[in-house]
Amino acid sequence: MEETIKFQLNGKQTEAVIDPTQTLLWVLRNHFGLTGTKFGCGMGFCGACTVLIDNEPVRSCQLSVGEAAGKNVITIEGLATKGKLHPVQKAFVEHDALQCGYCTPGMIMNATGLLIKNPTPSIQQIKDGMENNLCRCGAHMRIIEAVQTASKEMKGGK
Amino acid sequence: MKREQIKDMDSLQTSERHGMPRRDFFKILGGGIIIFFRPWRALDLNRMPAEQARGVPKDYNAFLRIAEDGTVTCYTGKIEMGQGIITSLPQMMADELNVPYDRIKIVMGDTDICPWDQGTWGSLSTRIFGQIMRTATAEARGVLLDLASAQLGVPVSQLEVKDGIVTDTKDSKKTVSYAQLAKGKRIEKFLDVKPSMEDYTKFKSIGKSYNRVDSNLKVTGEAKYSGDMKLPGMVFARILRPPSHAAKMTSVDYSGAEKIAGTKVVREGDLVAVINENCDLADQAIVKIKAEYSFNEVPVNDKTIYEFMLKADSNAKALNSTGDMDAGLKLCDKTFESEFHDPYLAHVAIETHTALAQLDGGKMTVWASTQSPFGLREGIMRELGLPAEEVRVITPFVGGGFGGKGEYQQGIEAAKLAKLTGKPVMLMWTRDEEFIYDTFHPAGVIKIKSGIDKAGLIKLWEYSVYYSGTRGADAIYDIPNTKFTHYSQKSDGPPVHQFGTGAWRAPNNNTNTFAREVQIDIMAAAAGTDPLEFRRKNLKDEHILDCLKAVADKFGYVPGKAPSGRGIGIACGADAGAWVAHMAEVKVDKSTGKVKVVRIACAQDMGLCVNPEGATIQMEGCITMGLGYTLSEEVLFEGGKILTHSLDAYDIPKFSWLPKIDTVILDRKDKPPQGGGEPAIIAIGAVVANAIFDATGARLYRMPMTPERVLEALKKV
Repeated sequence: MEETIKFQLNGKQTEAVIDPTQTLLWVLRNHFGLTGTKFGCGMGFCGACTVLIDNEPVRSCQLSVGEAAGKNVITIEGLATKGKLHPVQKAFVEHDALQCGYCTPGMIMNATGLLIKNPTPSIQQIKDGMENNLCRCGAHMRIIEAVQTASKEMKGGK
Repeated sequence: MKREQIKDMDSLQTSERHGMPRRDFFKILGGGIIIFFRPWRALDLNRMPAEQARGVPKDYNAFLRIAEDGTVTCYTGKIEMGQGIITSLPQMMADELNVPYDRIKIVMGDTDICPWDQGTWGSLSTRIFGQIMRTATAEARGVLLDLASAQLGVPVSQLEVKDGIVTDTKDSKKTVSYAQLAKGKRIEKFLDVKPSMEDYTKFKSIGKSYNRVDSNLKVTGEAKYSGDMKLPGMVFARILRPPSHAAKMTSVDYSGAEKIAGTKVVREGDLVAVINENCDLADQAIVKIKAEYSFNEVPVNDKTIYEFMLKADSNAKALNSTGDMDAGLKLCDKTFESEFHDPYLAHVAIETHTALAQLDGGKMTVWASTQSPFGLREGIMRELGLPAEEVRVITPFVGGGFGGKGEYQQGIEAAKLAKLTGKPVMLMWTRDEEFIYDTFHPAGVIKIKSGIDKAGLIKLWEYSVYYSGTRGADAIYDIPNTKFTHYSQKSDGPPVHQFGTGAWRAPNNNTNTFAREVQIDIMAAAAGTDPLEFRRKNLKDEHILDCLKAVADKFGYVPGKAPSGRGIGIACGADAGAWVAHMAEVKVDKSTGKVKVVRIACAQDMGLCVNPEGATIQMEGCITMGLGYTLSEEVLFEGGKILTHSLDAYDIPKFSWLPKIDTVILDRKDKPPQGGGEPAIIAIGAVVANAIFDATGARLYRMPMTPERVLEALKKV
């Protein structure tokens, strides 16, 4: 049964008349056209579909759109403000912390959530926090460096 | 207007392998100057397997265009899957044309506007394609200088180019830009070019580190992959898959699926699929189909496959051997016989095989994640009976390939479904499909018998490889008596591999380097010699010796006989025209068998390095990915059923695995560039196995080196 689902999406109040049991990932991609959030496994194992819900990194393939009702959803498209890259995005560019780029949106959203919770993580805490986001190209070392750089910049209040 | 004559016009227009006829290029692209060239030489064709060589057009298969606004675009059938040629190919063009880097564009993998290409693999893009593209770019510069000379009334020798502006060296007021020269022109030039090395001291862009040009698109979510495409009326498809590779459908009932709102079931032969405008509903519908299957008996599983291979009636082929085995044996003081096993591996790109197909006005257009857009086009032509001009394959960004996307079954399936339904069909393989219908790295067995004399020199090397291929099987060491035998599938025999196998990053070489370098280590230990010294003594290849020296310096290697208890390993090898040497340090938990790789250093001689930043990223990626096949990755199967078909059952490297990684690229500006996307992965298995031996005295002959296998090996110490 379709219902009107309302939530904040990338800073804007949004609503959709939609079956609330539909997977958030597919609703974001196919209903809202936000294809930056990727499908990787559909089982919550890879993290390519990670978005922020109320600042928590969440696997959007494991959530129904109904569960997002009333919440604040941020996707990779909503991270930059006024055309300016978010410090995590900027750090990924600076460190070349990506290759094929397919896991990158999920990595960046997960790292952003990590830094919101812990603005000054140790390397070990970064590894722990990123552990279950999978990258096959092997960009791990640079991703850790990028998260460190972003942490420094965000601490500066920029 | 100057107009060059074009050779081979007839053959061009009749060859079905080409995209649009060349006469249409200007119509589609607009005016300017177009330089056609051919990155294949007769020599390259001779080296290729016959069926592959036949597929290569003889006239041209790449071109570049100087547009009327002065931008330079290279059109190539190559694709970008993370390896970084989108960044490095324009560097090579910028230097030859003397234009700013940001004025260069590259258009990839569109079969209607890019010339034919065999596919993006084998680390060929830079060392073969790039070299000849550079020469063609230099020729383009020649054409532009001729035009400038005519326009300015100044001889070519008196002109210089800077940032795309041609200036008279005797009168700096006399200038003309490439844009002005290309304006209103329709010049075509066909070149039969040979690669030439320019004076590296003149390089401005080549050899300089460039950050990835696609990063901004990829960090903002704007980068489009095949699954991100959308067309009006598009439906999502899910395909009914049998429970095993050995299953054949005997009956099917899809009445349940049709009850799911908006679902249509389509069938053509064994292809049964559901389509729905809603992806969730397609998922719900496919599981409602009831089908029954009969099963062929498959006599083998992941444990018995090695014995099965050794017993199979194989095609045995002797490869280049030297000296004499009997004479060699007589020279030996000690001999060693080993048998190495390597399992099937999955590619596990994070983007699954994906395609969107649309049949519109008689033309089939497919957006696909593939390493071989022209291969897919030919596949669709064959399977759907369409002529070349009615099939177009477009390759957006590819979310990882590693060899697995050299295959393109999903593109053919999407095209069939688009034809059957009359709608644009999006097919994104599920993770299960990705694991089950992957073309795996082939399992294999390698047997080596080798021997050393009293001085610790290798005198005998008898090498047999079963079913895992020969790339990287060369001895590389200086051995007088060698014998190589390659055992492979008999053309008329029952299949030994029970499912599809194919290229997996540095195909075959990971297996061969593992076996060779562990065997070398066994001999070094038996000779009581430091393993680096043992290798030096038995190597003549200067490239590898240089890599060993560079890696030892970077690592801070202190000589010692293994097992020293330190957990330090060495391995080296060659791949894709490049040479590598690795050192690693591991910690082994003797109670659990768990291996932690603490650090890895790698030195690589890849000839001229076009983009050190890009090459370093590839080396780091190789090292990180290599830890997977070394420590955990293995496709488990029973009969035709793949048991490891999810990301929790098949463990790929994660953040916690990450060792300290150090890389060195040898300075070889005066040598032709070689492959860079694969070499650094080949020795990871061996370097870790040798480090485990150094730590514990336990020898591992089988990858992956799981805790269970390490414990098993420890019992034998």
